[in-house]
Amino acid sequence: MTRYVLRRILVAIPTLLAVYTLVFLFIRVAPGDPAVAALGDYASAEAVQALRERMGLNAPLFVQYIRTLVGYLRGDLGSSLITDLPINVQIAAALPHTLELTFAGVLIGTLLGIPLGIFTAVKRNRFPDYVGRVLALSGISIPAFYLGILLILAFAVRLRWFPVMGAGEFSDPLKNLRHLALPALTLGIIMVSFVSRMTRSCFLNVLREDYVRTARAKGLAERVVVLLHALRNALIPIVAVLGTQVAVLIGDSVMTEVVFSRPGLGKLMVQAMLQRDYIALQSLIVTYASLVVLINLLTDLSYGIVDPRIRYD
Amino acid sequence: MIKVWHSRRIRAFAQNKTAVLGLVLAAFLVVIALVAPVLAPYDPLVQDVHNMLSPPSKKHFFGTDDLGRDVFSRVLYGARVSIVVGLSAVTVGTVIGLILGVSAGYFGGWFEIGVMRVVDVLMSFPVLVMGLMFMAILGPGMDKLILAIGLVLAPQVARLAHASTVALRDADYVVAAKAAGANPLRILRRHILPNIVGEILVMATLWTATAIRVEANLSFIGLGVSPPTPTWGNMIREGVRWLVVTPWLSIFPGLAILLAVLAFNMVGDGIRDAMDPRLYC
Repeated sequence: MTRYVLRRILVAIPTLLAVYTLVFLFIRVAPGDPAVAALGDYASAEAVQALRERMGLNAPLFVQYIRTLVGYLRGDLGSSLITDLPINVQIAAALPHTLELTFAGVLIGTLLGIPLGIFTAVKRNRFPDYVGRVLALSGISIPAFYLGILLILAFAVRLRWFPVMGAGEFSDPLKNLRHLALPALTLGIIMVSFVSRMTRSCFLNVLREDYVRTARAKGLAERVVVLLHALRNALIPIVAVLGTQVAVLIGDSVMTEVVFSRPGLGKLMVQAMLQRDYIALQSLIVTYASLVVLINLLTDLSYGIVDPRIRYD
Repeated sequence: MIKVWHSRRIRAFAQNKTAVLGLVLAAFLVVIALVAPVLAPYDPLVQDVHNMLSPPSKKHFFGTDDLGRDVFSRVLYGARVSIVVGLSAVTVGTVIGLILGVSAGYFGGWFEIGVMRVVDVLMSFPVLVMGLMFMAILGPGMDKLILAIGLVLAPQVARLAHASTVALRDADYVVAAKAAGANPLRILRRHILPNIVGEILVMATLWTATAIRVEANLSFIGLGVSPPTPTWGNMIREGVRWLVVTPWLSIFPGLAILLAVLAFNMVGDGIRDAMDPRLYC
């Protein structure tokens, strides 16, 4: 097991390197000068030169590549072109908000989505199944920012149950949770839709298996067949799919943070994009992709917990 | 003509109520996009200072915005951007992805390893993050927006096309064609492409849904087609400032986005069920 974990982590390293290389190349090799983009078309040649020097753009491409990489490995992500603040400090401050939000979304999605998926699978082609499927399809079709706006209108503007914006301090857990509620619900509803669709479809597959027929033939109660025999087996593909959906959810968290003005990674990234802060943008894109690589790693490692038949050697 | 649509499949599709409803909805939206100038009661750009932020009424079905522009007319015109960007981006993405995926799958070797490795790495970027990155590189404008969204979709197309091509490359008729001395282009055109085009077309409806959603997201952030051209995303962006007083400025364009994305998702889901009755999982 330890050997498998180590090997899987070793495999993730070239992936991360490839992620960095692609983002680096996209931003440098693309037509247009990042320094001109940051300063605007009317900047003087001297100002552009000075900024190019500061961004390290005058060095040969390969030197830039190595220099930035070494910086990243040391945890130095460079400084924002706009505020001059170190980017790793900004990311460290924003990351907890993003992780908190994503975790809450996954939690809501899994806790509600799996039972809902099982329910619609068992009631296949009957009324609850139709309703569940339509709702789930709407849930994966609605843009996160629009869902967020609707929730703000209902629960913050009309009912005044929750605050509209910000995230609250971590030192004040109650206030923090009140701020988390609506953004978490936004992501949660989207995640419930994904998870219940996948669970339903995995469950329908499993319910046709021989061992389910055997269990029924033995005279076991339907509840036991569904919850013990089928669920355990359906869980493996569900976990696999869940991992890929968390990556989608991370994308949706960007828009959720923008709508709710949460000081997370997504808000930082959009801000960097709008201010044409290429150094910050590059670091943030690499951070996002690394998060996804990390989640894929964790998903792979969790198979062993769900399915004891999987051996790692 | 490639024979993908056997009558059995058409019947299966027609029996799938969700898919048919989705198709009707999608067709409806395309028609609206085409005839927006005829349907719209007002010019979507004309401002009316005496009628700012007025609520929905018989004169203005969806009310007016902070510049007195008719929201209903703007929503109708917004369909043009969504549909044009959605369909063009999918076309661009499919062409790029098909070329890369099919040639990687067919030729194999280092070329295959290189292309598919890049595809795998790009798949670990959340769709929206990739969209932001390409917009940053390409800059503003509708053509860049289409290219950016196309590039976001291309890795998914490439992966699917690659998998299908690999499944075919050792088929007897392909080996026979090779032995007979047919050139690779002919083999790809005659033997490979016709066999994978069906699968790609099904997925293309789902990719259209993604493209429309990404476009809405980007223009909500302020990176898509720029004002005054109305898009559903930038209407919400402008409307959100008035959310408390005049929520209709955000609600109606949002409903339009939801409807458009839902329509293409319904069609894609339905065709997939019809073509492959085995449940995917």
